[in-house]
Amino acid sequence: MISLFSKTKDLVMKIDNFIDLTVASSFHLREGIREYMEGRFEDFERRLEKVLETENNADNLRKEIESRLYSHTLIPESRGDVLGVLESMDTIIDTSKGTMFEFSIEKPVIPEEVKPDFISLSEPVIKAVEALAYSARAFFYDVYAVKDHVHIVKFYEKECDTASERTKRKVFSLELGLSQKMQLKNLISQIDSMADNAEAIADRLSIASIKRIV
Amino acid sequence: MTAFLFLSSGLFLGWSLGANDAANIFGTAVGSKMVKFKTAAIVSGMFIILGAVISGAGAARTLGKLGSVNEIAGSFIVALAAGLTVYWMTKLNLPVSTTQAIVGAIIGWNFFSGSTTDYASLSTIVSTWILCPVLCALFSIIIYIIIKFFLKIMKIHLLKQDLFTRIGLIIVGAFGAFSLGANNIANVMGVFVSVSPFRPLEIGLMTLSDATLLFLIGGFAIALGVVTYSQRVMETVGSKILKLTPEAALVVVLSTALVMFLFASERLEFFLASHGLPTVPLVPVSSSQGVIGAVVGIGLVHGGRDLNGKVLAKIASGWITAPVIAGIVSFIALFFFQNVFNQHVFTPIYYEISHEVVIKMESEGYDRSVLENLEGTTISGTRDFKDFLTEKYPTIDEHMRNRIISLSEIIEINVDVLKISKELVSGWFTGNQAESILLLNNRKYRHLWRFYDDLISGDASWKLLPATPVNRLHNNRIRAKLDYLKRAFNEKKTNGKS
Repeated sequence: MISLFSKTKDLVMKIDNFIDLTVASSFHLREGIREYMEGRFEDFERRLEKVLETENNADNLRKEIESRLYSHTLIPESRGDVLGVLESMDTIIDTSKGTMFEFSIEKPVIPEEVKPDFISLSEPVIKAVEALAYSARAFFYDVYAVKDHVHIVKFYEKECDTASERTKRKVFSLELGLSQKMQLKNLISQIDSMADNAEAIADRLSIASIKRIV
Repeated sequence: MTAFLFLSSGLFLGWSLGANDAANIFGTAVGSKMVKFKTAAIVSGMFIILGAVISGAGAARTLGKLGSVNEIAGSFIVALAAGLTVYWMTKLNLPVSTTQAIVGAIIGWNFFSGSTTDYASLSTIVSTWILCPVLCALFSIIIYIIIKFFLKIMKIHLLKQDLFTRIGLIIVGAFGAFSLGANNIANVMGVFVSVSPFRPLEIGLMTLSDATLLFLIGGFAIALGVVTYSQRVMETVGSKILKLTPEAALVVVLSTALVMFLFASERLEFFLASHGLPTVPLVPVSSSQGVIGAVVGIGLVHGGRDLNGKVLAKIASGWITAPVIAGIVSFIALFFFQNVFNQHVFTPIYYEISHEVVIKMESEGYDRSVLENLEGTTISGTRDFKDFLTEKYPTIDEHMRNRIISLSEIIEINVDVLKISKELVSGWFTGNQAESILLLNNRKYRHLWRFYDDLISGDASWKLLPATPVNRLHNNRIRAKLDYLKRAFNEKKTNGKS
């Protein structure tokens, strides 16, 4: 019986850690973008290493959580939803890593005029991911509060769309080659996609929480 | 040995009850894989036996009042008729419960043997068929709202909630199994109580009465049904029929268990009555109908979306069809068994309004002039006697009529203490009670009440207290001993014509 309690406690901690890693990856992305914009490329590469480590840890945690939930037939009613949400949250970490990789590989030249826009675009992305983390935690601890956090995710996703559109327009208004414009546009879209992902996961959480309340 | 063979129909009924009804308790838990079947089977088997032995007497007594089957071959047929009805109706996908089938089968015996049916007991039993699902719904509404409230304010992690629910499902399941055993053992063994082939058994410091031994064997039969055949039923119930969250399943099982316990426990009845709280009659009820009531209760909390009128109408139809079919099957089977196999399925009851009956009734304040006309009347069959009194003496009210019938019954008692020597020293009877029996050794009686009266004059502790719910537990304990003495000293072959 005691071992059952300690095993449950351990699994609760693992899920909490996984959510923490998701938020951490988005924080790394924001800081990484800032470092890149400020020309601190060595710091950026070191951060990329950290993101890779975060992604690795998150993957291991997710697999462990998944196998524990299945092998012990835990939360039979919500298992599908929980695993689905955790898998989707993993894509947020992947996107953080992927975006930073693209900066690292392509070494895009960012015109001075749009650098502040890139930094400010990362802000609502972080907020959306943060609110998603709150929603996910609420799903486990306080299912009635999920919808409040989901609203915040949606709000920041809209903010992100606006910021992304504004930045793209600015890029295309500058005297740059088309290839450079396309490259920057892709990077903006990739950063923005994190908020889109966050919104999709929040929607899923919202439905799963309704199922649990009923 | 023959007596044990006759018990087989009751054991079959118990087995089928275990196979089907344990799913009402552990179905959702096992079906949703929250609890392993092995755990469910061990816990329910154990607690069903405990419930049957510890709290089985109350509901069985009420069933006994409906009709006291007085030959074990009759009990065999009554239980068999109920078992066949349940099997056949289940096969035809008709709603049926053992509880309702056994009532019909007993009434079938009453008709066949010329006994009267105690309509007061019958109406009590029938009213509980309606009361049980209604109470289950009420309990589940209250418990569900409370649990939802606590889950909302306590903010327990989903995984911890899952763990607590699993533990809760096992604990509540154990309680449910206890209640099922306590309440439904009456269906399985109730008809055998008055013809029990057992003697009280002394185990260490305690003595198990003959009825308790019957309940123990019946409990094992139910447990065997759970272990051997309930897995598939549980998985079907859990995964297909009841789509409930584990928390709601817990509420359903808890409400049903509480209601079944309420309808079974003499101790709870005593506790409620002694605190001035309302009590419910101790009657076997259907766990399946209880569960449906509880599920409807949860549906009502959700705004009545799950309320299916057709399901409810189907249950209500079972209240009529099951007893009617079982009654007919029982009647035909009794006829067949008596005339083809030449078995005694009932002992005819003889009545004689002897001088001592007249004196006794007069002492109780009844009109002597009417009684004097009746003195010397002998008749066989309860129904015939009742009809005779009603037709010839329409001025006699029902109360007096019932009293005449009860006092005039001829039960030849020949007190032979050697027959109960083991019980006399076992401690089942108190010292004074044993002494009062010894004093009456070798005495003969034609009426049971005469024997009881003499017992009371030997030791006042034999006296029954006024029939109130508070006194019921005490009275039932005395009655169990009196019934045993009656069976031990009764000279069955002797009748009024001797």
